[in-house]
Amino acid sequence: MSLTTGPQQPAAIPLDPTADRSAQGRFVDRVSQWPWWLLIIVFFGVLIAWNALTSELYSAIFSRLLLGIGVTIFTTLVAYSLAIGIGLIAGLGRVSKNPIIFNIATLYVQIIRGVPILVQLLVIAFVIVPIAIDGVNALGAALAPVIGAENFLSQTKPQDVPFLSRCIIALAIAYGGFQAETFRAGIQSISKGQMEAARSLGMSYLQAMRYIILPQAIRRVLPPLGNDFIAMLKDSSLVSVLGVRDITQEARLYASASFRFLETYTSLAFLYLAMTIVLSLGVKWLENRLNSDGRGQG
Amino acid sequence: MTKANQMKATNVPPADDPSAMIVIKNLVKQFNTLRAVDDVSLTVGRGKVTVIIGPSGSGKSTVLRCINHLEVPTSGEIWVDGIHLTHDAKNINAVRAEVGMVFQQFNLFPHLTVLQNVMLAQRVVRKRSEAEAREIAMQQLTRVGIPEKAQSYPSQLSGGQQQRVAIARALAMNPKIMLFDEPTSALDPEMIKEVLDVMLELARSGMTMVVVTHEMGFARNAADEIVFMDHGKIVEQGPPDEFFTNPREERARAFLNQILR
Repeated sequence: MSLTTGPQQPAAIPLDPTADRSAQGRFVDRVSQWPWWLLIIVFFGVLIAWNALTSELYSAIFSRLLLGIGVTIFTTLVAYSLAIGIGLIAGLGRVSKNPIIFNIATLYVQIIRGVPILVQLLVIAFVIVPIAIDGVNALGAALAPVIGAENFLSQTKPQDVPFLSRCIIALAIAYGGFQAETFRAGIQSISKGQMEAARSLGMSYLQAMRYIILPQAIRRVLPPLGNDFIAMLKDSSLVSVLGVRDITQEARLYASASFRFLETYTSLAFLYLAMTIVLSLGVKWLENRLNSDGRGQG
Repeated sequence: MTKANQMKATNVPPADDPSAMIVIKNLVKQFNTLRAVDDVSLTVGRGKVTVIIGPSGSGKSTVLRCINHLEVPTSGEIWVDGIHLTHDAKNINAVRAEVGMVFQQFNLFPHLTVLQNVMLAQRVVRKRSEAEAREIAMQQLTRVGIPEKAQSYPSQLSGGQQQRVAIARALAMNPKIMLFDEPTSALDPEMIKEVLDVMLELARSGMTMVVVTHEMGFARNAADEIVFMDHGKIVEQGPPDEFFTNPREERARAFLNQILR
C-alpha cells in the first residue's frame, strides 16, 4: 500500500493505483518492502559487537558469558535429540489402535502439556530423580544375595546424578510431549491410501510405518521440528534455576557481582537473539528447499 | 508359505470345488447405521475374471476390500485359495501377499522412485535380494509398458502411467489374485485405454481377477462372470453375453439403460 495516498483523501486515489505513481512514490513503495526488522536487529548487533570489541566492560561481560555457551549448546543438542526420540515413540503411541499404548501415550502428552516447563524441571530434578534413585537402591538391596551387598546399584546416591543431567532429562521429557503431537499430526496428514497400499502388499503395520508413512510424515514436520529446536535453545535458559552454569547463569552471577545489570542482561539477550535468528533463517531455508522440490507431494 | 499351507490343512474350504479361488459366504459389513454389504455369497473361479458392477454406494468396493481384509467384515466368512481369513494378523498378511490390489487413487508411494515403488515390498515382504527384486521390477514395468520411467518419481508421471506402475507393483509380488477397485475412475478419458489394455492382457494371461468398474466395454470383453450389485446385495449374476443382451432383473435393466444409453 502506498504511503502517499491516505484514506483521508479518497478522491485523490486514481483508478489504476500504479498508473499515476511518481518516482518518489515508487521509491517509498520499494523501501517499505525491506526487512526493516532485520536491519534494526543487525544495527543493534553491530553496536553491541562494537562495544564488545572496544569497551572493557562489554568484553569482560562477553568473555564471561561465553564460558556458559558450551553448556547451553550441549544442553540444547542432547535434550533435543532425546526429545525427538521420546516424541516419535509417543507420537506413534498416539496413533496406535492398541488402547493400552494409546492411553499411556495420551496420559503422558496431557500431563506434559498441562504443567509449566519450569515446574516440570523442579519436579523431575527434586522428586522424580530422588525417587528413581531410591528405586535403584532397593533393586540393589534385593539383588544383594546374587551380586553382593557392595554392588553399584545399592550405592548410587542422588549426588551421582548431576543437575545438568537432570535438566537435560527434564527438558527432553517436556519437549517430547510437544513433539509427540507434531509427529502425530504429521502421521495423520498422510492419506489413508498410503497405509492401505502398503498393507495390501503384505507389509505389517510397523513395516508400513517405517518404509512408507514415517519418511513422508517426517518430511512434512521438519519445519515445526526446526522451530522446536529454536524454542529448546531458549528454554535451555531454565537450567540456570538449578544453578547449572549456562550463559543465563553466568550472566546472573556476573550481574549480581558487578551490579552491571543493564549491560549484562542486554548482552545476554543479544546473544540468544543472534543464535535464534541464525537458526530461524536455517529453518526458513529448509522450508523453501522442501517446497521447491516436487517429490513428497501428493 | 508353510504357515499358509498349515492353515489350508486345518481350514476345510466350504466348497468342495477345487477350482474355486475365492469363496465368500454370507458376508455382511455394517458401517454404523448403513449396511454396505448385506449377506453376499460369491465364488470366484481359479483363473476367472469377475467384474462387479452396480450404482455407486451399492457395496461393490466394500466386498472387494473385505477380500484382503482392508475392511473387517461384520459377519460372514471368506476363503482365499483355501486359507480361511480370520482376525489373526499373520494369516491376514499371508493372504495379502497373495492378493494384489489396485486402487482408484493409485496410491503410489510419492517419496520413492517408480523402481523403488515396485521393489520395496519384494524386499521387505518376500525377502528377495536387491538384484532379484530389481530384475522382477523391470520385467513388470516392461510388461505394463513403461520401463523407461523406472527412475522417475510418481509426481512426474501421468495418471495412466501411475496406475500402470501400481499394477506392476502389485504383480511384482507374484499374486494369485488381482483386485481392481475402480482402476480407471480417476483417470482422464484419453488415459483409460492404456490401463484397460494392461488389464486385458493380464486377464488373457490367466490371472484370477475381481474388478469393480464402470467400464462396460471391458466388462463385456474380459469378464467370465458379471455380478450386478445394488443396495449391498447381489441382484443378478451371469456370463456377460447373457447379462448385457438379456438382463433378467428390472433393476439391472434400468442400470444398463442409464449407463449404456
